Amino acid sequence: MNDLLALHGVRAGYGDGAVLEDVTLAVGAGDFVGIVGPSGSGKSTLLRVLLGSVPVTGGAVRRAPGTRVGYVPQVERIDWDFPVTVSQCVLMARTGRLAPWTSRQEKAEVREVLGRLGIGDLADRHIRALSGGQQQRVFLARALLGEPDLLLLDEPTSGVDVRTRHEILHLLGELHDGGLGIVLTTHDLNGIAAHLPRLVCLNGRVLGEGAPADVLVPEVLEATYGSPMEVLEHGGMRVVVDAPVGGAVLPFRRQGGAA
Amino acid sequence: MTLDELLRPFEFQFFQNGLVVATVAGALCGLIGVYVVLRSMSYIGHGLSHAIFGGFAVSALAGVNLFLGAGLWGLASALAVSSVTRRRPIGSDAAIGVITTASFAFGLAALQLGGGADVDADAALFGNVLGVTRGDVLLVSGVTLFAVAVIVLRYRSLLFVTFDPEVAEASGVPVARIDALLMLVLAASILATMNVMGVTLIAAALVLPAVVARMVTSSFSTMLWLSALIGGVCGFVGMNLSYHLDVASGPTIVLVGGVLFVVALAVSGRRGRVRLGRLATH
Repeated sequence: MNDLLALHGVRAGYGDGAVLEDVTLAVGAGDFVGIVGPSGSGKSTLLRVLLGSVPVTGGAVRRAPGTRVGYVPQVERIDWDFPVTVSQCVLMARTGRLAPWTSRQEKAEVREVLGRLGIGDLADRHIRALSGGQQQRVFLARALLGEPDLLLLDEPTSGVDVRTRHEILHLLGELHDGGLGIVLTTHDLNGIAAHLPRLVCLNGRVLGEGAPADVLVPEVLEATYGSPMEVLEHGGMRVVVDAPVGGAVLPFRRQGGAA
Repeated sequence: MTLDELLRPFEFQFFQNGLVVATVAGALCGLIGVYVVLRSMSYIGHGLSHAIFGGFAVSALAGVNLFLGAGLWGLASALAVSSVTRRRPIGSDAAIGVITTASFAFGLAALQLGGGADVDADAALFGNVLGVTRGDVLLVSGVTLFAVAVIVLRYRSLLFVTFDPEVAEASGVPVARIDALLMLVLAASILATMNVMGVTLIAAALVLPAVVARMVTSSFSTMLWLSALIGGVCGFVGMNLSYHLDVASGPTIVLVGGVLFVVALAVSGRRGRVRLGRLATH
């Protein structure tokens, strides 16, 4: 077994309430896993359990000794007005060193990781003065500077345009090809989830796990989202669409007006 | 006013002590204020300074060393506030209001009931240049050295925890310990500057320099030294005004900060106003 992280019957949540119940999941070196589910289904909590920032109240979490985990938070959670530049932000990954100044080696490492992610010329910019895709790359760079074995990303394509979504997905694909394990959460079933090698459908519990062809099916999706969905085939890809509710047309469509 | 009149107070030892303390205390408050402002802890700073007054009153009545008694009281209040803020059993602002204002009220009541007529409560409340001693100079200098040492040696951790505590914790930064250390530095700073600033005005001395600095820079490291410099200038100019206007030192120091704020608002233009607005949404 070369699992980096393994959850066995995990129960976890905040305060007295449980957000996750009986979750069993293993993530190995080189895995690329997408976690999908409706809002409030526990996707971010599952990521935090893997990260170790939410304590479990039942079951067990096993982490292979020496496993380094990098984390990219949701961009909505970031304080974009905080007075830091891109390089200062990336350097936060290096808190072990006591000296407050940046060493020559650290500067070179930051330059290297920013260059690898295609934002090498933005090191001295304030983090707000970046596009959505560039902002996502800054936090990816911070996580990569810690040389992780496993990268956890919370909604990495939330709020970005189609082109940026493609760029981020390709970037993650390249990192995965380089041997990095990746777990991400997403709401985007067609733009992201359908392209990943392995998916976990979550709604408090794991309701499906496997390749998109196995889990992006109406039964699993309805169990996960509590709403009927249809799956179409288009160009060899699965495309998930909302099923008409009870065969009826939504009122604003019936009136012929735009939303 | 002639130059001789301007320089006359420098002949007095009490003024020299007061000027050193006010300048160093202003810089100290400016330095710590950066973390207070960026972590939206202004209310904690305000409450903690009031809480320490309770310790001051009890120590004065019990004949215990003021700094020791008020210091321990302040530390206990700081840890209680830190604990409540992290665990959030009730709204943190409500909890801070309860803990700190109850302590302040307790101090006022204790002084009245305990017959503390010879205790200079006004100096503790509003600051007083006459109350500054050689011991205050040493105390403020010592606390400033301690604060600078903490900020230099824990610069990276403090920055990470201030920016993103959750990811910092997940990255192995001992967030609870860093928070406690910051509260300790904050409590020590309030205690050391109480005589010259006054507990009712320390919060403004903490917040104003950092807010002014934020309006003119977007770099964290620049904001740190600039805020300390602005705080020091406020202390120096405010203490001189305090002498010449015969007004308590706390209000004059804070008013100088207020004037600098207005000037920064006018000079930094739209960019400064935008930064200020964003600071308010933290």
